[in-house]
Order: sequence, then structure tokens, then C-alpha cells
Amino acid sequence: MIWVDTIVQGVLLGGLYALFAAGLSLVFGVMRLVNLAHGDLIVLGAFLILVIVSALGLNPFLAALVALPVMFCLGWGLQFVVLNRTLGDDILPPLLVTFGLSIVIQNALLEGFSADSRRISVGGLEAASVSLGPIAVGVMPLLTFLSAVAVIIALNALFYRTALGRAFRATSDDPVTAGLMGVDPKRLFATATGIAMIVVTIAALYLGTRSNFDPTIGPARLIYAFEAVIIGGLGSFWGTLAGGVIIGVAQTMGAAINPEWQILSGHVAFLLVLLFRPRGLFPRAND
Amino acid sequence: MTALLETKGLTARYGDFQALFGVDLRLDAGETVAIIGANGAGKTTLMRSIAGVLANGPGEVLFDGQPIGALPAAQVMARGIAMVPEGRKLFPSLSVEENLLMGAYGRKVEGPWRLDTVYDLFPVLKERRNNPGTALSGGQQQMVAIGRALMSNPRVLLCDEISLGLAPVVIRDIYAAFPQIRAAGASIVIVEQDIGQALKVADRVSCMMEGRVTLTGRPAELSREDIHAAYFGVHA
Amino acid sequence: MSAPASSAWRVETRTRAATGFSVFAVLLVAIAFAAPFFVSRSLLQDLFLILTMLVLAQNWNLLAGYAGLVSVGQQAFVGFGAYAMFACVSLGGLDPILAVLIAGVAAAMLSVATGFFVFRLQGAYFAIGTWVVAEVVRLVLAQWRALGGGTGTSLPNAAIRDMAAVQWIAEAFSVRSAQAADILTYWLALILCCATIGFIYWLLRTRQGLGLSAVRDNQEAARSVGVDARRIKWAVYVSVAFVTGMAGALIYVQKARISPDAAFSVVDWTAYVIFIVVIGGIGTLEGPIIGVIVFFLLQKTLADYGSWYLLVLGLIGIAIMLFAPRGLWGLFSDRTGIQFFPVRRILKGGPSTDHQGTRGGPHG
Repeated sequence: MIWVDTIVQGVLLGGLYALFAAGLSLVFGVMRLVNLAHGDLIVLGAFLILVIVSALGLNPFLAALVALPVMFCLGWGLQFVVLNRTLGDDILPPLLVTFGLSIVIQNALLEGFSADSRRISVGGLEAASVSLGPIAVGVMPLLTFLSAVAVIIALNALFYRTALGRAFRATSDDPVTAGLMGVDPKRLFATATGIAMIVVTIAALYLGTRSNFDPTIGPARLIYAFEAVIIGGLGSFWGTLAGGVIIGVAQTMGAAINPEWQILSGHVAFLLVLLFRPRGLFPRAND
Repeated sequence: MTALLETKGLTARYGDFQALFGVDLRLDAGETVAIIGANGAGKTTLMRSIAGVLANGPGEVLFDGQPIGALPAAQVMARGIAMVPEGRKLFPSLSVEENLLMGAYGRKVEGPWRLDTVYDLFPVLKERRNNPGTALSGGQQQMVAIGRALMSNPRVLLCDEISLGLAPVVIRDIYAAFPQIRAAGASIVIVEQDIGQALKVADRVSCMMEGRVTLTGRPAELSREDIHAAYFGVHA
Repeated sequence: MSAPASSAWRVETRTRAATGFSVFAVLLVAIAFAAPFFVSRSLLQDLFLILTMLVLAQNWNLLAGYAGLVSVGQQAFVGFGAYAMFACVSLGGLDPILAVLIAGVAAAMLSVATGFFVFRLQGAYFAIGTWVVAEVVRLVLAQWRALGGGTGTSLPNAAIRDMAAVQWIAEAFSVRSAQAADILTYWLALILCCATIGFIYWLLRTRQGLGLSAVRDNQEAARSVGVDARRIKWAVYVSVAFVTGMAGALIYVQKARISPDAAFSVVDWTAYVIFIVVIGGIGTLEGPIIGVIVFFLLQKTLADYGSWYLLVLGLIGIAIMLFAPRGLWGLFSDRTGIQFFPVRRILKGGPSTDHQGTRGGPHG
């Protein structure tokens, strides 16, 4: 029974990691860009929500709603002004620029908010739980997981059911020919990053409400996100969710054996998948 | 009368290599112009320059009398110039129908061409609408590429080497669609290596060699010898 | 090669600036070796920092700038080398100098093991993969209770004091053993630095080095002319790990105190290193040298401003990557044509006297 509980908690934790990963997966799917500042952007989002909560006295969920357009614009501008310049055949510019961005965001946050741990309070909801059969499940973890599923469904619908999603896939295939169809790749990429920032904001809401955060925890979030994307297989949103769940379950099971092994077990699970299924569990056929 | 599409002294280069040397081309409304020439004559470069894929200049591209030479591809397309690119260039991640829908992404205007009328023009595409574009035969892929360009109801249709690599019988099927495309109102520029085919469909023919237009005229007025000289640079 | 025209054509890599520079470099190294005789202890410690950072930077540059393997996980080898040295000295009672060599071998062995994982990932994913590996190594070593677990441990004072070389220096210079240890580590860092630069310079001038540039510029084309990209990348990855491990061990001989968080710090051993290379000029031997000087001056200037330092460094790095991707040295070299470490092949002579049109590719 303890193991079932551990696995359920792990699955729910995996929802959080899938939220971290979905934005990374989206941006990679559209423009083959790996943003090393992704984790720091999530932390930035958490601080933004924190600021809105304390400045306007809003409920964190409403504050996240206010943060959404801000983060969208931030992502749009970041892509349009900075990251578009780095795209091309050479992998160095995007990697080094986003790595620099990661360091800049971390230290700007340190300067602005100090290294203290913060938490966004959701007023009692943290402690609330519901029972699923014999297992008690926290409301916040459950909400996180359901949000992750909703985000994955929404991203799939966007990608496969809308004109914008078609343009994303077409431009990912061949930006020049997409230009002949009226796509301005620079604006399209900016829109993709803007949407990724919306997902980042949702991830930030749960990051900030479920545990403490400080300006330096971004890189670890990037690593979990990356592991989820690779385990799931590049280009598959459902795969990303599965990848997040695998990391989450590995972590809670590791922690159940020895609390110091939590993070390590997640990484080991990733390395095992890399060893035996280097293309991930659900690779896209034509990649 | 101003031409619908006109280039004046258009030049273009790939790095240090100059590919076009002052090309003058004129397309009037309702007309079909064919550009013929050997490999490397600059035909595709000319198409790409007009479509905004390739930076060009000095020289001008005028559409309805407006300069469009400096516009990016997306804006050229939005004004009503659609291109069927060389090599068809279907999007492999998209189904046939999605490829067609993609054609109207940047220009949504009412006109004769919609999904259903494109399917009427090329019925085989309707049967295969949910297949990936790249799973089709070469000829069918070419139909998708043409249909995709038509979806934006373009005023000018640029067709680059649409018969390249296709069997004669397939080429004939594809060209059979052209009278309907013309009748629906598009003016057409065709780049073609197959001289016979070009002479059959075009109102006027321009021949290019080494980045220059060497001959222009109506098919009926051009002798075999003239074309031969303009095409190869030698008299037969 | 035996064509009749070969008497007229010559392939050279020598340039006049380089010949002048090599005289200067020999003098500089001689002065550097003599430095302990006339500089203060604190300056010597600064020079030690500069030299070790330069070693790390040259290695990362070889990996990313020449082999196209962009790693953000080199702290794995710094930390592993440092821990290997600590284990040899604290637990095995070995001489620290010997332990530094063993640490290099240990880091190389680690790179062979981790290479199987990270080489399954391409491009950007390789980068994050190396980071994951570094995290795993850090978390595993944090479990090693004998070396302090998560909180770390210190080298026994005696281990350094009793080193034969330290005692000899202490007597020769008539200084205390702590200062003698600084002099020794400084000299070792200088040797390691010269050896690293010499090794990379030699490598780039060999056939393998030419293959390396070919692989970076176009993997497919390189394969078609018989360059085995995979083998070259492996060789570079492992040898870079070897030197990085030695550098890490040497740094921690000097620090004499270790903890997993410090030894595997992505900021200290990778972020700084990347900024040094990018600011100086990636893909050149001169770049990291310029970069480490800029890095050091910025650090001295902004020392009192805490996180502003990294913020500024990050912004400079981004600006350089966007607007001058070949770095400060690239800007200088493009304007003057000067190269101190010419690895570019220049075709000279031949029937025409056109010497201007014979410049090689853009990559130094």
C-alpha cells in the first residue's frame, strides 16, 4: 500500500515536471531551439506572481492570470529581439546566448529579491487533501497534474487543429517555403515563445505555491524539464507528460528508500532510458 | 497600360556570384508568360527574386506599378503573388489537406479557389487528403503544390519547373489544369525547360541565358532557329 | 605531393607576427617562472587563479570551439579530479603532486564512462546531457562519507607541508611552508598551462587537427574525405577531461578544502569559463588568453558588487555572441590580420605572385 501511495505521489509530481517541460518541448518543436534559460524563466515567473500577489493582494491563481500576458509579451520580445538572431546552422550562438541569459536572470533576481527562500501562499489549500479510494491526495498536487494534462491537451489541439499550429509545423519543416505561404518566421517564432511563456507561467504558479523557491533553483528545473522531454521523445507532447511522470515516480521511489536519493534516482532513470531507448519512449516517426 | 508584374533591370547575386544581369520581364493581366532556358540560366533565381525569397537589386520589381522588390516573401505573397517552388517543397509533417490549407495562411481572400474547387481541379487529392503530402507520387505532389499556391487566390501564379522529374503523361495531366486556372483569373509565369510544353501554353515566351533575357516574343512569331540561338547562345 | 608544381607551392602556417610572438612568449614564460622571486604572495595567488582558469578555458575552447561539443558540464571533471586528489591524499596518503596526475587519469576514465551517455545526444541536447552527468557525479560524491559527504572536508595540513617539493622550496626561498605551497602550486599551474596551450597548438597543426576543423565546419563533408568524426570527438572529449581533471585537482590542492557544491559549481567551472572563451574569441587559441585577462580585470573592478559581477559578465557574453561572435580577439585579428598561434594553412609561392588572395578559411 505504501508503494501505491508512493507511485501516486510520484505521478502527481510528474505533472509538475511535465509543466516545466511542455514549454521547452514546444519551442524545440517549432524552431529547434533549446533554451538553457528555461528554468530561470520559470523562476522569474514565480517571482512575478509573488510580486503581483503582494502588490495587489490577489489570490495566486488570479495573479497568475495577470502574469500571463506579461510573460507572453516578455517571451515574444525576447524571441523577436534576441533569440531570432541566434538561429541558424551553428549551434553555438543559441546555446551560449541562452546560457548567458540564464546567468543574467539568476543574478538579476538575486539582486532584486536576495537569496532568501520564498513561497506563494494559497491560503490553506496547501494542506487540503482529498481521498482517492484508500489514498489521500493533496489538492495542490492533484491540481498540478490536472493542469499539466489540460496544458498537454491544449498544446496538442493548438498544434494539430488550428491554422497557427499548421504554420508552426510547416515552418519547423521548411521556413523558406513557409514564407511563400505568408508566414513571417521571425514573428511566428516570437509567438511560439510567447505561448511557451504562458505554459511557463502556469508552471511557475505551481512551482511557487507547492514548495520554496529562490533565484538559484532554475537550472535544476531546466534539467528535469529536459529529462522529461528526452524520455518522452522529441516532438511528442504526450511523451513529455509521460517523461515527467517517469521522473516524478523515480524521484518519490528513490526518496522512499533514502531521502538523499530523491534527485539522484530521477537522473538515473533518465540515464537508463538514454542507454536503452536513446530516441525516447515515443519518438516522432519522421525525425 | 501598366503591366500587372514587371521587372526592370533586375539583378541578383549569391554572394560573389552574380546570377541576374538586368532582367526586364513583363506580365500583363490575364497573360501566361513562359520563361525558358538551360540549367543555370537564372530562371529560378528570377522567380525567387520576384517572390521575395532572395534579396535582389539593384533593379526593380513592380506589381500593379508598386515596387515590391524589397519586400519579404510573406508580404509579396499577401499582395497576391503565389509561387509553386522548384522541387514542390511540400511540408512533410502536414497532410495533403493541411498543405493545401497552409497555402491560404497569409492571404485570405474570397475567390474561385477553395478547398472544394481545388479538389475538383485535382480529384485524386481528395481521395488522399489525409495522407502525408510526401507519401504521394511525384505528379500528385506537384498537384498539391499547385493547389496550395491557388488556395490564396493569387493574381499572379509563379510556377517553377513544374514538369521537372515527371513522366510525360503526368506532365500532360498537370498542364491540362492550366486552362481552368487561367479562366479563373490568374495571370501565370511558367519556368520550363521543356520548350515544346512552354510554347504550347504561353502567350509570350522569354528565353534566358547566363542571367540575361536573350529573346522575347509570341510563340507563333519565334522560329526554331531564334529559340535555339537564344537558348544555347549559338546558331544551329 | 610529388607533382612537379610542388617546388613552387608551399603550405605554411608560419606568419611574421607569430615568429615575433614566439620570442616574446618564451621571454614571458621565463619571467613567469621567475615570478615567485619578486611578486607578493597575493599576486601569486591571483596569477594561480588566472593560469588555472586559462587551462579550463583552453580546454573548453578545444571542446566547443574546435570540436563543436558544447558542454555545460565540465564541472563534472573539475569536481571529480578534485575529489580523486582528495581521496589519494587524505585516504591513500599519496603525495599531492602524484595525486594530481592520478586525478587526471580518473577524470579521463569518468569521461569514457559518461561519454557513452552524452554522445547519444546531439547538439544542444549534448549540452544539457553533460550537465545532467555533472549533477549525477556531484550527488553520488556527496554520499561519500569518508570525504565529508554533503558538507565536504579539508586536506590534512601535514599533507601539503610534508611534500618534498614544498620543503625544498621553503628552504631555498626561506619562506614558511604555506607560502612555499603557493609557490609550488603556482609553478605547477604554469607548467600545466604551457603544456595545455602547447598540446592544443600542436594538435591543431597536425593532420588530426585539420580533421577536427573539417568535422566542425561540415561533418558530412569531413566524413566523405575519410575523417572519422566520432573517433576525433571521443579523443578530444577524453583528453579534455584528463587535463580538466588535473586542473581541478590542482585548484583544490591550493584551496585545501572541498565540498560537493563548490567542486561541482556550474558557475565557477563552466559559466566563468564559457564567458572567458566567448568574450576573448571562441575557436582561437589567443581568445581565451584575452578573455581570462578581461575576466580577471572585471572581477577586480566589480568585486564589491556581488551578483552585479555575474550579471555584467552575462550581458557582455550575450552582446559579444550576438554582435561579435568571434570575440575580442576576432575583432582585433580581423582588423590587423595578426595571429600569434597560426594554425590556418597558407598557400605560398606558385606560378603567380598573388599573395593577397591566399588567405585560408575564416577559422583561426
